[in-house]
Amino acid sequence: MSIDLGIFAQASPIDTGDTAWMLAATALVLMMTPALGLFYAGLVRSRNTLNTFMMCVAAIAVATVTWAAIGYSFAFDGENDLIGGFGHAFLNDVTFEPRDGSTIPHLLFFAFQATFCIITTALISGAVVERMRFGAFLAFSALWSVLVYSVLAHWAFGGGWLFERGTLDFAGGVPVEMGSGFSALAAALVIGTRKDYGRQALLPHNAVYVLLGAGLLWFGWFGFNGGSGFNTGANSVLAFTNTLLTPAASLLVWFVLDAIRGRRVTAIGAATAIIVGCVLITPAGGYVSPGWALALGALGALPCYAVVALRPRTRVDETLDVLAVHGIAGFVGILFIGFVAEVGWNGLSDGLFYGNAGQLLDQVLAALAAPAYAFGATYVLLRLLGLVMPLRATDHDQAIGMDVTQHGEEAYVTGEGAILVFPDGDGVDEVAGDGRGARGTPVADPA
Amino acid sequence: MKLVIGIVRPEKANDVLEALYRAEVRGLSLSRVQGHGGELDRVETYRGTTVQMGLSEKVRFEIAVSDEFVEPTITALCEGGRTDDVGDGKIFVLPLERVVRIRTGETDHAAVTPVDKARTALARPPASTTP
Repeated sequence: MSIDLGIFAQASPIDTGDTAWMLAATALVLMMTPALGLFYAGLVRSRNTLNTFMMCVAAIAVATVTWAAIGYSFAFDGENDLIGGFGHAFLNDVTFEPRDGSTIPHLLFFAFQATFCIITTALISGAVVERMRFGAFLAFSALWSVLVYSVLAHWAFGGGWLFERGTLDFAGGVPVEMGSGFSALAAALVIGTRKDYGRQALLPHNAVYVLLGAGLLWFGWFGFNGGSGFNTGANSVLAFTNTLLTPAASLLVWFVLDAIRGRRVTAIGAATAIIVGCVLITPAGGYVSPGWALALGALGALPCYAVVALRPRTRVDETLDVLAVHGIAGFVGILFIGFVAEVGWNGLSDGLFYGNAGQLLDQVLAALAAPAYAFGATYVLLRLLGLVMPLRATDHDQAIGMDVTQHGEEAYVTGEGAILVFPDGDGVDEVAGDGRGARGTPVADPA
Repeated sequence: MKLVIGIVRPEKANDVLEALYRAEVRGLSLSRVQGHGGELDRVETYRGTTVQMGLSEKVRFEIAVSDEFVEPTITALCEGGRTDDVGDGKIFVLPLERVVRIRTGETDHAAVTPVDKARTALARPPASTTP
């Protein structure tokens, strides 16, 4: 949150322009979660397409409800250093009255923040796709969205210790990007590798989904970053424009790195670069000049590319590289603010290059604390959850595919050999299609 | 010469390929097929429509081998493809009348012998001439 509470001590009136934009921005951010589902689904094998997509859909279901019940209150109620209170539990006191310092209805502020909690929860699924049981993921989502996301959101946005220190985090480098990235690493370590990891090539099954998902994510990110000023003011416009600039710079650098490494520019690399760029500018969006935003996209792509390239050589099956793309990029973005923030652009604070070393210290604290809490809390949470339910699908279920074993559906069903069963499930006396049993022996043999 | 046809689970196809490689069986074709071999049907539901999937995805290996390679091929297919559950597949061995390698016009035994093997076999005996 970018607004200095001191300036607006009085309850400010609702601004219709701000409200209109925030309504649209909220819808844009919600769209990012199905877009992420598409992005992730393209990156897995075809037999796991639906399960991967469904984890993102599940995050919408679970995190929205936990956010309304208690998560929002833990994040945004009160000025406690570490965690909020119960004052807004079950949307208590969340009305049309604006929150202190904002010009939009509190209810809309709640909805906008909810979409952040949803996508962050969905992001972690990238570390555990193709093997985590769906039921276990539902339970994990419910607990993680409250115990990890809400805490980090309180630190950075809701009046917690980082917020009070003056750490700058425009749209969620702390809770969303580092929160998901380092939690993903912990989740991958606890859940373990996929059955065939390191033995077989486990390849993306549809690169077009990946590109389409990345494009839709970028589109949604204009609401994510552009809405994180909660108004239509200068910071919001800056963040919006930077959301165009940084990913473009990351894309170009990624092209060059791909060309150097493999002599060809890859499509899945490009999709990854778009996300990396969007993440890099997420914390910095409303605080750095457009020129520095371009530089951030170019420089920040380097460590992310290195981690994407090196991670598969390890035994850590952090499957869809949430750590590299979100954790590392969020880390770089948060630190970058400490160097290049400029009062002339953000109206709040300078960074080290403009004579304020203190800002860099505040950024470093966030860059150390958020990964530590996200990793540690997620690790413990999953270890405990593993005591009460199995987290992994069996090797047998993984071999058949998570779509069939977890959901009883297939993404690319042909219908050949499908025999219609009556809704009560006891009859195969009706046979689909040409009236013949689809198998060699007759299906409805009266004998 | 025999044509060995092995029908296995798709998720075991990689294990079969590995086993065949270890058995030094080279040269094969692979296709995705659908079939039914007595395993339990999967029930899937799409909104109100519940269906029993009578056909399962299988992978069909076709391997033409010289007689001394028939047993290693069968062993490799069994080792790589077995899970001990119903639906592991079947192996059919058929007599083979004639084989032609298109590139060279070689026939029969020479045509089912992998190129690198034939080369080393030719290279080693110094003056062995082939008709």
